[in-house]
Amino acid sequence: MSALLDVRGLRVRFDTPGGTVHAVNDVSYTLADGETLGVVGESGSGKSVHVLAMLGLIPRPPGRIEAGEVIFAGRDLLRLSEAELRDVRGGEIGIIFQDPMTALNPVLTVGRQIAEPLMRHRGLSRARAWARAAELLELVGIADPGRRLAQYPHQFSGGMRQRVMIAIAIACDPKLLIADEPTTALDVTVQAQILRLVRDLKARMGMSVIWITHDMGVVAGIADAVQVMYGGRIVERGPVRAIFKDPRNAYTWGLLRALPDHGRRSHRRLHQIEGQPPDLTLPPEGDPFAPRNPFATPRCFTETPPLVPAADAAPGHLVAAWYDLPRLLAEREGAR
Amino acid sequence: MTAPAIAQGPAPLLAVENLKRHYVTRGFLGRGSYTVKAVDGISFAIARGETFGLVGESGSGKSTTGRLVLRLEEPSAGRVRFDGADITALPQSALKPVRRRMQIVFQDPYAALNPRMTVGDFVAEPLIVHGLAPARSEREDRVAALFRKVGLDPRFAGRYPHQFSGGQRQRVGIARAIALEPDLIVADEPITALDVSIQAQIVNLFQDLQEEHGLAYLFIAHDLSMVRYLCRRVAVMWRGRIVELGPTDAIFEDARHPYTRSLLSSVPIPDPDQERGRQPLPFDPDALRHAPDQPMVEVGAGHFVLA
Repeated sequence: MSALLDVRGLRVRFDTPGGTVHAVNDVSYTLADGETLGVVGESGSGKSVHVLAMLGLIPRPPGRIEAGEVIFAGRDLLRLSEAELRDVRGGEIGIIFQDPMTALNPVLTVGRQIAEPLMRHRGLSRARAWARAAELLELVGIADPGRRLAQYPHQFSGGMRQRVMIAIAIACDPKLLIADEPTTALDVTVQAQILRLVRDLKARMGMSVIWITHDMGVVAGIADAVQVMYGGRIVERGPVRAIFKDPRNAYTWGLLRALPDHGRRSHRRLHQIEGQPPDLTLPPEGDPFAPRNPFATPRCFTETPPLVPAADAAPGHLVAAWYDLPRLLAEREGAR
Repeated sequence: MTAPAIAQGPAPLLAVENLKRHYVTRGFLGRGSYTVKAVDGISFAIARGETFGLVGESGSGKSTTGRLVLRLEEPSAGRVRFDGADITALPQSALKPVRRRMQIVFQDPYAALNPRMTVGDFVAEPLIVHGLAPARSEREDRVAALFRKVGLDPRFAGRYPHQFSGGQRQRVGIARAIALEPDLIVADEPITALDVSIQAQIVNLFQDLQEEHGLAYLFIAHDLSMVRYLCRRVAVMWRGRIVELGPTDAIFEDARHPYTRSLLSSVPIPDPDQERGRQPLPFDPDALRHAPDQPMVEVGAGHFVLA
């Protein structure tokens, strides 16, 4: 698999009255053709902002891209004009957001909102675009597409609106689909339907997917690889099974331990990650998780660890940590 | 269905009997009207010191139920008994002593806090309203003790809500809720808005407070894995009705209602070995009609299903 997306040294800042927010700090990764990458992290981790920044969707000011390159299909997205970026968004890159109601235009029919990008990006005639829009609605599981095309977004339920967003996002056969917490606002039964839909579409169309979420369960089901972000940095990245079964960063490990055990009733006390998320207005120094990390070494507080291949781990498993988590966990087990 | 059939023990702390909340909504330009049955005849009981989970999706009526229990909304029919006394018909003035014993924790602590009030004053407010700790110094001591109890530094009492993170704000909300030493806390999606690493902190705090004070919780949530972890019994709501109610293990391991089964099968499991290739069970809501007077059937010890 070759790289479809190559993010290098991306650094995003927000200048606010409270100081400069170091939102994204030297984020580098590649996404292979056809790969589904789950990006997890909590609010302020940079998981959404880094993607919005590379698509030209952060307000500037206060936002600013301080450094980096985002090579997508051979071009640096950060060097494109606004008009060129608009062509990429909704063309080669489809986007789904958490709240379809704010992403959809309430005064335009759903049909027009699906057909318009087809006319703009693909040069289809109005009639062809509408016919294709009806096919797309059917593809995303909306019954009676002919009638539904003439309706407005408020006439759709939350789950159906998200299906409409997906229809728009995939209309131009994108090479990359970016989904930013698309199921967070939905009920679990609807979420399950949307997850299945995206899996089916991906199998059929072969696109790459970046799926941003805070839900480890969603990631477990949909992602080939997982990237964990904290304090604007990637702290761990690897094949989905390696991340869940053999985490090497203490934050990843803590996140997984903070979830209740599934499928069996155990009343162990939930593992808590002590403390609060980092204040990103302070210049990043050291490992951002160090103040909350029971395994932190003195070096964690002064020097930022690079993201490097983890020792004796699965191929492609990278971690940013100065400590050797498996050894520390084994020692802790031994001390019990 | 009668409440005693599902009550736990002889004298439950809270008993809800055939509770209903119907809204009459007018159509466009006043043409016609229709009734929304937000809560449509539900019964359950909560024992002292018990954590009772109420789960369901948006529009199921679970949050309305929480508000009805506290009389923040008036029921259209049915009864709410608290510690044996029928509080359904009490005038608001007579509710004050009851209110002291039942408190609420909301989903969004920020919306619940007054942005222009220090968090210390916010926690002290119920003490003032109920005439407890009238002396300022005594009140400050009580507030400091409450802050420590929920894991906040008492020196932060003079700060304003925007100076806190989401998890800290929820701790402030909990400090206020326990200020009057209640017997029951209605917790309406109390961890939904919090980051995963903070959710565990708050859930552990709920459990510590329960152990220490014998609190009972009505834990309203859509996060089923946390409900399974935290609750002794669970009721599943769908379209204003309780469709299944029982011990947590029975609900999660032996669900009988098709909606419960579909709901449980839809929860993603944070383990790629289990989650991949799993198919959620479909559920056709239109294929299911419950008669208004449909009784619940006991299918196991304390396990009831709307047949």
